[in-house]
Amino acid sequence: MSDFNQALVTPNIWASLRRHTPARIGLGRSGVSLPTQALLEFQSAHAQARDAVKLPLDIQQLQQDLAEQGVPSLRLHSQAKDRSLYLQRPDLGRRLDADSAAKLKRLATLPGLQHNRRQVVVVIADGLSSTAVQQQAVPMLLAIQSALQALSITISSVCVVEQARVALGDEVGELLASQAVILLVGERPGLSSPDSLGIYYTYAPRVGLTDAARNCISNIRPGGQSVEEAATRLIWLVKESFTRKLSGVALKDQSGGSDALEVAQGRSFLLE
Amino acid sequence: MGYQTSLGGTGYRFNDLKTLMAKATPLRSGDCLAGVAATDARERVAAQMTLAAVPLKRFLQEALIPYEEDEVTRLILDRHDAEAFAPVAHLTVGDFRDWLLSEQATSASLRNLASGLTPEMVAAVSKIMRIQDLIRVAQKIEVVSAFRNTLGLKGRLSTRLQPNHPKDDPAGVAASLLDGLLYANGDAVIGINPATDNYHAVTRLMCLLDEVIQRYEIPTQSCVLTHVTTHLEAINRGMPVDLVFQSIAGTQAANASFGVSLSVLQEAQQAALALGRGTVGNNVMYFETGQGSALSANAHHGLDQQTCEARAYGVARHFSPLLVNSVVGFIGPEYLYDGKQIIRAGLEDHFCGKLLGLPMGCDICYTNHAEADQDDMDMLLTQLAVAGINFIMGIPGSDDIMLNYQTTSFHDALYVRKVLNKAPAPEFATWLQKMGIMDDQHNLLTGHTLPSALAHLQAKL
Repeated sequence: MSDFNQALVTPNIWASLRRHTPARIGLGRSGVSLPTQALLEFQSAHAQARDAVKLPLDIQQLQQDLAEQGVPSLRLHSQAKDRSLYLQRPDLGRRLDADSAAKLKRLATLPGLQHNRRQVVVVIADGLSSTAVQQQAVPMLLAIQSALQALSITISSVCVVEQARVALGDEVGELLASQAVILLVGERPGLSSPDSLGIYYTYAPRVGLTDAARNCISNIRPGGQSVEEAATRLIWLVKESFTRKLSGVALKDQSGGSDALEVAQGRSFLLE
Repeated sequence: MGYQTSLGGTGYRFNDLKTLMAKATPLRSGDCLAGVAATDARERVAAQMTLAAVPLKRFLQEALIPYEEDEVTRLILDRHDAEAFAPVAHLTVGDFRDWLLSEQATSASLRNLASGLTPEMVAAVSKIMRIQDLIRVAQKIEVVSAFRNTLGLKGRLSTRLQPNHPKDDPAGVAASLLDGLLYANGDAVIGINPATDNYHAVTRLMCLLDEVIQRYEIPTQSCVLTHVTTHLEAINRGMPVDLVFQSIAGTQAANASFGVSLSVLQEAQQAALALGRGTVGNNVMYFETGQGSALSANAHHGLDQQTCEARAYGVARHFSPLLVNSVVGFIGPEYLYDGKQIIRAGLEDHFCGKLLGLPMGCDICYTNHAEADQDDMDMLLTQLAVAGINFIMGIPGSDDIMLNYQTTSFHDALYVRKVLNKAPAPEFATWLQKMGIMDDQHNLLTGHTLPSALAHLQAKL
């Protein structure tokens, strides 16, 4: 990008604080408005985010990546047959298509599955960012898998679902009679974060549940929450929910009992 | 009974009032998704003509969601003030539009009328109003609320400083917070959306914001936008809670999907009031709403999304909030498809909320999967400011790095204050001058250097 005449712009001496945050701080101003450079950078980021929404998940690659880690997966599809319909009809993205539902019903009749009372199903949904899923679903799943072992909870199946929304996990969990569903989903891409993964956790999943029955851990990406942090939070939720037999609003995330005041005073330069 | 009319030789019949309301609603994707929208443009205008002839009194007789089934309906009808309603009780919806635009509707008469109106009456008249009508009438209304400063006065425009950080990192939050203050933002509230609902992470942020406000003696209030029950828990454990936040919707079932009820909201309001942390006022609640929320929880009872939204304001006004924020473009294109739909919805929400007596703000925003861009936001921002909106969002460079959407920036607030000659809330404006951030003509002074009151931060840069 070309350099613009900086004499026309009022810079911000505090722009160096950008080392603390990816936020667009200290942009300077032209009068009170955005300088040309910052304006064009914004437009460029918006164009990239718009394109990320439309990029399809490479599902064969994802399944291959999972297989290489010794994780077999089942490929499913929602009732939204393409991206355009997915964006306009959230109801279709929340339900499995007929073939997928039939596949799961067959799977549920296999011996062994219904007898294990300490098992969960993992659903990997493309959501609004295939990039997030492509890059982070596998390491996230592996972290969850090893953490669950400590609780003697097994993952009964891993389903990869195209054109899927969060509530679709309820149907998968119900058809497989799972104790709980852990759904990994590509979150809506932001200007600075086209790669953010979210986790939704539901105990006793069944069709028709609302968000009040789910716990959410969001912003899992290299510049946000790490896979390890997210796994720690999730495992706390799973453990509590198996004891209390519920999830969602009634199950508050209280993992990590550090004292709030001490941490806040210690780390903000505004208060030193 | 049904509602009917004929238009151009075609007869139209609408089975009930909620169907008529839905069919009369200007086109938006959420109503199409719900299957309640008019089938074509002619049916829509036929419905608008029919709705215009409905007496306002009819809304007191025909509940859109049955009284027995829904506590929001019960709240609206039980609390209706017949005496306040009297000046317009004889009017139809169409007459009411004329009345609102007439000289009879003044700042004072509209203030007195608010408790006599139901959300459904207000939604109905908005459906037959153009953008300029929504602006003209809203501009007459002044809704003032107060906690540590006074918000909503004529000639003022406030912002929520939103220093979100994807990891809730205290230094990251502080960097955006300082940026915002140096751009004269943050008089409505300094409000963070936490990255998690983790109790300790949330209360850490509460303490951070409280200490910054106390240390720099900023006449503003803080809020961490977590669930109302988390606020209650924090209050019970002695954490510094200024405002209690909650997302609300216009039906009991939609609120249940958020994990709230009127009684929980009541409990939280009482708990926050008991803390007595306000200095110039006692409005302790901060609500967020948005068209489409009831439908997305499958809890809309066949109502159109704009009517559901107005009913959410019926909930909000019961709790005398400091701030009500319509998060208009956040929900996505399934409900508001493009810039045109977002702009109209934002102005409808502001109009309906103000007419019901609420201190309305708007998160003028869009997501990256919607057909909208910065030009659309500039239009809505300018129009809402002309309409007299109480507050907007302010974030660094319009980019929310935690919630992944675009809203108005610190710069946007300065732009709109400049072009419309608006000032920050009076107590906050005085503080900005004292700190050397703005002069007495509300010109920004910061940029090349830190103001002397903040010179000690030089070493931290």
